Amino acid sequence: MSVIEAPRSQARPARKRGVNLEKWGWIYMRASGVVLLVLIFGHLFVNLLVGEGVKAIDFGFVGGKWADPFWQWWDVLMLWLALIHGANGMRTIVNDYTNPGTTQKLLKGSLLVAAVVLIVLGTLVVFTFDPCPAGSPADLLPSFCPAV
Amino acid sequence: MSSATLEQPPAAEAAIQSFTVTFLIRRFDPDVDTEPRWQDFDVEMYATDRVLDALHKIKWEQDGSLTFRRSCAHGICGSDAMRINGRNRLACKTLIKDLDISKPIYVEAIKGLPLEKDLIVDMEPFFASYREVQPFLIANSTPEAGKERVQSIAKREIFDDTTKCILCAACTSSCPVFWTDGQYFGPAAIVNAHRFIFDDRDDAASVRLDILNDKEGVWRCRTTFNCTDACPRGIEVTKAIAEVKQAIMRGKP
Repeated sequence: MSVIEAPRSQARPARKRGVNLEKWGWIYMRASGVVLLVLIFGHLFVNLLVGEGVKAIDFGFVGGKWADPFWQWWDVLMLWLALIHGANGMRTIVNDYTNPGTTQKLLKGSLLVAAVVLIVLGTLVVFTFDPCPAGSPADLLPSFCPAV
Repeated sequence: MSSATLEQPPAAEAAIQSFTVTFLIRRFDPDVDTEPRWQDFDVEMYATDRVLDALHKIKWEQDGSLTFRRSCAHGICGSDAMRINGRNRLACKTLIKDLDISKPIYVEAIKGLPLEKDLIVDMEPFFASYREVQPFLIANSTPEAGKERVQSIAKREIFDDTTKCILCAACTSSCPVFWTDGQYFGPAAIVNAHRFIFDDRDDAASVRLDILNDKEGVWRCRTTFNCTDACPRGIEVTKAIAEVKQAIMRGKP
């Protein structure tokens, strides 16, 4: 004999206590979006409009910017916020267009790997960048490096 | 000539013009078909007729096997939500004059719910998520003996929009998130939760906010506004969902 469920019993198990990643993902998208607006347009303004403008961009220009901790942090912040924002956005698209299963796991996995690799590499480059590495042959170095 | 005399009586009223409208209807008979198929019908219609009248004419005069739901036929019962020219509409509120009859009019069942026959879908998943948000008054207080719970006009105004829902499923079945992920609560359930969350006579707002703060809850909403566009009652569904999101972040309505 089947038993009729109590009318107010929960149809799906109650949500597990603790942080709700979907909620924080949603908040992150909005918060990082606002910060990224400032960072990206600031980046474009400084690189393309100030001074000589776009013609000034070369190896030396980038090397000069990354010698300054302010621009190092600006670029690293932009890198982290933008990559996580983009990867999370792609994740929601994967959620919308694929059904739960292996394909979905594979797609989300590759998104995670791509984002992590790019973030780690990017951060490493920004903080360890040295335009004039010691011990390099002189003909490979840019002209502004002090002659050894 | 006295001005009071009747001018020439209007020439015998021109017969109201009727049009031949082609309907392409997505048919599916589970006993015969493995896949749905499109079938076309030519129906003589007036501009003031509705799509529901066309379906009636087809069923009564051309093909009695055409299956669809309708009850009140006046936009109140919410039985005849269907996809008309790619948009979710009530067949009983869609006038022929508002459609482009130079091309065939496509009519199919709403998407995202299991198709049962022709224009009929299984509404159970839809009502299951509706039940989950506990759409009934849960009050801890008891009103004075012989009195009702008093509510000010301003407090009633807050959730006025979401009381209009007729549960036709036009919004939920227009939602692209719901199409791929049947687990999502869907706009209609959130609208009906909103109706009680923002009702100050109700004491279980936190319970409902907790239910909707689920992995499959309001955060899946992508604000595509399909639901607001689809609602035959003109409920601002996306706005209601946004208000629930805000309430969850505040932790109270």
